[in-house]
Formats: sequence, C-alpha cells, structure tokens
Amino acid sequence: MSIDQATVRRVAQLARITLAEGEVAHLQGEINAILSFVAELDGVDVTGVEPMTSVLPMRLKRRADAVTDGGIAPLIVANATASEDHLFAVPKVIE
Amino acid sequence: MATASDSKLIKGATGDWEIVVGMEIHAQVASRSKLFSGASTGFGAEPNSQVSFVDAAMPGMLPVINEFCVAQAVRTGLGLKAQINHRSVFDRKNYFYPDLPQGYQISQFKHPIVGEGEVLVDVTPERQIRVGIERLHLEQDAGKSTHDQSPNQSFVDLNRSGVALMEIVSRPDIRSADEAKAYVGKLRTILRYLGTCDGDMEKGSLRADVNVSVRRPGEPLGTRCEIKNVNSIRFIGQAVDTEARRQIGILEDGGVIQQETRLFDPGRGETRSMRSKEEAHDYRYFPDPDLLPLEFDQAYVDALAADLPELPDAKKARFVADYGLSPYDATVLVAERDLAAFYERAVAVGEGRDPKLVANWVTGDIAAYANAVGLPVHATEITPEQVAGLVDLIVDGTISGKIAKDVLALMVGEERGAAPRDIVERHGLRQVTDTGAIEAAVDAIMAANPDKVAQVQAKPTMLGWFVGQAMKATGGKANPQAVNAVLKGKLGI
Repeated sequence: MSIDQATVRRVAQLARITLAEGEVAHLQGEINAILSFVAELDGVDVTGVEPMTSVLPMRLKRRADAVTDGGIAPLIVANATASEDHLFAVPKVIE
Repeated sequence: MATASDSKLIKGATGDWEIVVGMEIHAQVASRSKLFSGASTGFGAEPNSQVSFVDAAMPGMLPVINEFCVAQAVRTGLGLKAQINHRSVFDRKNYFYPDLPQGYQISQFKHPIVGEGEVLVDVTPERQIRVGIERLHLEQDAGKSTHDQSPNQSFVDLNRSGVALMEIVSRPDIRSADEAKAYVGKLRTILRYLGTCDGDMEKGSLRADVNVSVRRPGEPLGTRCEIKNVNSIRFIGQAVDTEARRQIGILEDGGVIQQETRLFDPGRGETRSMRSKEEAHDYRYFPDPDLLPLEFDQAYVDALAADLPELPDAKKARFVADYGLSPYDATVLVAERDLAAFYERAVAVGEGRDPKLVANWVTGDIAAYANAVGLPVHATEITPEQVAGLVDLIVDGTISGKIAKDVLALMVGEERGAAPRDIVERHGLRQVTDTGAIEAAVDAIMAANPDKVAQVQAKPTMLGWFVGQAMKATGGKANPQAVNAVLKGKLGI
C-alpha cells in the first residue's frame, strides 16, 4: 500500500497540520516507507481471528454513579492560551 | 375520498411526492456523573465547574465507565423491545472542534450495546405505525461553544463534555411531519417511564437529528439531508415539512439534491446548509485503546428486565381492558407516568367507583385546571382522594356534574385540601331531589308566567326556559332530571 500526494494533503488537513508545499513530497516518502514496513503483517492470514484486546482475560473496570470530581474551573483553564470568566476563549468559529 | 396513506403525500407542481424520514435521537442518560468521569451532570452550573481532567482531555487521564449509564442503556434497549448485545466496543470518532478537547468523541460504531428494536407510535388514537429501531449506542456529549458574545472570539464551556448520551437511530419508516412528531413524543414517553432520560428538550436532554428525503411514491429512496440538533417536537414537524418542500422545489426544477448537513432556523422557517462541516466527514473510527470491550452476561440483562416498570403500551391496553376506557382516554392518561398513577389512585381509593367518570374528570376539568396553572396534574393541590370523593358524590346523586364544577373551584380555592363531601355540606350544595320542593318552585314559576305556559304548549322547545328558571329558583341545586320530569308532568308535554 502506498499513498499519493493528494492523500498526504488530506491527512494533514484532517489533523489540522499546515504543510508547506515543499514538505508534501518528503512526507509522502516517509509515510510510504512506514506503510511498506508495516505491510509485512499483510502476509499473516487473520481470517476469522478476533482482534485481541488484552493478553490476560480482563473485565472493563466500572465505577459507581457518584459525583467525585469537578469544582476546579481555575485549574481546567490554567493552561489555556486565553480565558474569560473560566471559559476558554478561542478564535471565533464561523459556521 | 383520500385514504390515510394518500393524505400523507405532498402535492408538487408535477405530481405527488412521498416524504421519507429517519431520526437519530440523542437522549441524555439521567445519571448524576458523566459517562467516563466523576464530574457532575447538573444543568446550569458555572462555566467549567463540572469538568474533571478526564473531560478536559488532560494528557495521561484515563476514562472509567459509569456502571449506571450501562444499565440505563440496557433498560432503554429492553423498553424498545431491542436486541441487547452482550459485547460492545467503544470507538474513537475523530474530528476537530474547539468544544471537543480530546479531538475525538468516544462512541460505539461497529458494535453498539443495543441492536434492532421497534417502537409502536400513536399518530392519532386510531392510527398506529411501527417504527424500526436500528440501534442504540452510548457516547459522550461535547462541550458548548458560544459565538455571539464577542466579535472575534468564541467561548467554550466543557460542563457538558463527557455527559452520557444514548444515540437512538430509527429506520427510515416515518412518512410525514406528524409521524415524526408522534415518534419523538412516544420515544420521550418511554424514556420517561423508564427514568433513563428526563426528556427535557428545553434543557437539551433530548435532541433530534432529522434525515429527510423525498421520492415519487413507489420509487427507491432519494438523496437525504440531515437537519442537525432540532430541539422541540414542534420544530421537528416544521423542519420536516420545510426541508421536504425545499427538496421538491429543487427536483421539480430539474435539479439534484446534494447530501449535506443543514440547520433549521425556526425564526425564518427555513433550513440552511452548514458548509463548514462538509469537509470533516471522515471520522476515522477505531477502537479506543483506553477501554476494553464492554461485556456482561444474560443474568445481568434478566435482572434489569425483571425490574422494568409497566410501559405505556401495556398500561394503555390494561386501562382499556380493566377500566373500559376508550383508546383515546387511555392514550391521554398514559402519556405521563405520573398522570397514569394519579388516575389509578383515584380509581382505587375506596371501591365501586366508575372508572370512566374518573377518566372524564381527570382528562377534562382537572387537566384544564392543571394546564391553566402550568403544572402537571399530579403536582397541583388536587389529590386523587379528592377526585374520588367528587366522582362518588356525582354517582350517588348528592350533586350534579354542574355543581361538581363548583366544588372543584372551591377545592382549588378557599377549601384547599378539604374533602368534597365536607365542602358540599359546608356550602349547602347538596342537590335537591325532593320532588315536593321542586314542584313548589315549578308551581310558582308557572303562576308568575301564564304567557310562557301558553307558549310552551305550542312550542315544546320552550321547556328549556322553564328548566333554567327552576334551576335558578333552587340555586342550581335541583336535580336536572327531576326538574325535567316535574315540568313535563305539570305542563302536559
């Protein structure tokens, strides 16, 4: 499997990464190198094999429905580039 | 004459069109804390005061599932007569938006917790349709952005971020705006009976994404548009009609429908395109590596099933069978669980009460009063015991239905909380059935109005005037049947 330059631009757009035009060919080469390395796995026949989620049989941990967290608005916005009245302030989103 | 199915078609300039609607309902689970964190779900709190580091997607924080939310999804699935999946998987749905701090929503894609089910929808008390349920899955809500507070900034509150939602996806089995409204209404009733969602649309606990397409009758499905986040049952109906007419207009002008996401603007009565989201439709779902699959056994499902309340369809059937109610009255009474409980209590206090008469009063004068004061019936000062007492007084002939209305007015006025029988005694409202007293009143009226007595012989409809006078003379307390009988005898008609 290999990808073309249009796919590189699309993946960058989905990840909100700005790419200079000169970087596209370089990244295409890097991604294709990774894909061909991983492609070795295609040689294994996994027909009918369930994806393994853990080595040991484990049960998803549950918690009770109780309020045990929150009330820390100043800490939540502490790292924000900008905030106002404990709200995150971001560049205006236009619909 | 148009048949039921014909009447659902929309007339276009070039012939009839059929509307096809499918819906995705987002119902907030009535939990105290969020799906994967211990922060509160309470409504209307200070900005970001109900946010944990998990909800804010701080690095290294791990989600731990709320077992109550799992139980409510299973209970809702049972209420929708749906298949419960003993193994389901949480996936990441990736997209960028400022109110989604993780950069992905934890949802269920390939393996939802609930599979196919069905809802019986009363479009009118006489006409029911079946709407197939495709699936129900658990997912996180996003935060809330406000765009109108500043010219160049948007503000983000993450209090909703991570709140548990059940997304309930219907099959495209809905054929009109009325059916769409009835479907959401019925789903809301079922959720409220189960207590799995409070169904409060004003607070956003229940939101609908409405998929609308149109086609010529009998043809394959047309291209659909999705109208996002419609937040009232009335607007759902308007959005379906508006969008269907827009699509018919395009098709009849020889155009093509573009599949897209649109917003309904109730103020302008139109839908408009949300262009910004078009590019973002590649969600790159994959299983969330932070969460193991959600697994439980049949014993867990059975225990939840054993504890399910009686649901509206079963209750309605029982009201019709046991109390002899009309399907209409039964439908009205079971629409809210509290109203149904109020009614049953009023029927059950004491014995030998007429259930139909109780239903008439609860859905009639008492519902009208509750409506006037803006409260549900069970939350007014009127108790089921008072309704029972009132109906008993009518049945045993102590008061007439008309006087009962006066007693009701006293019950919600100066005699708040009093037993109807005491009110009748204190205010001297007991009905006069004593024929002697009625005869005396009638004799006096006839003596005072010889001209009318002559007229009524020629024109028997004049009798109404005499009945009115007799009721007036007895202060409205005379038994109307007795008055009629006495008058007819004395006037010889």
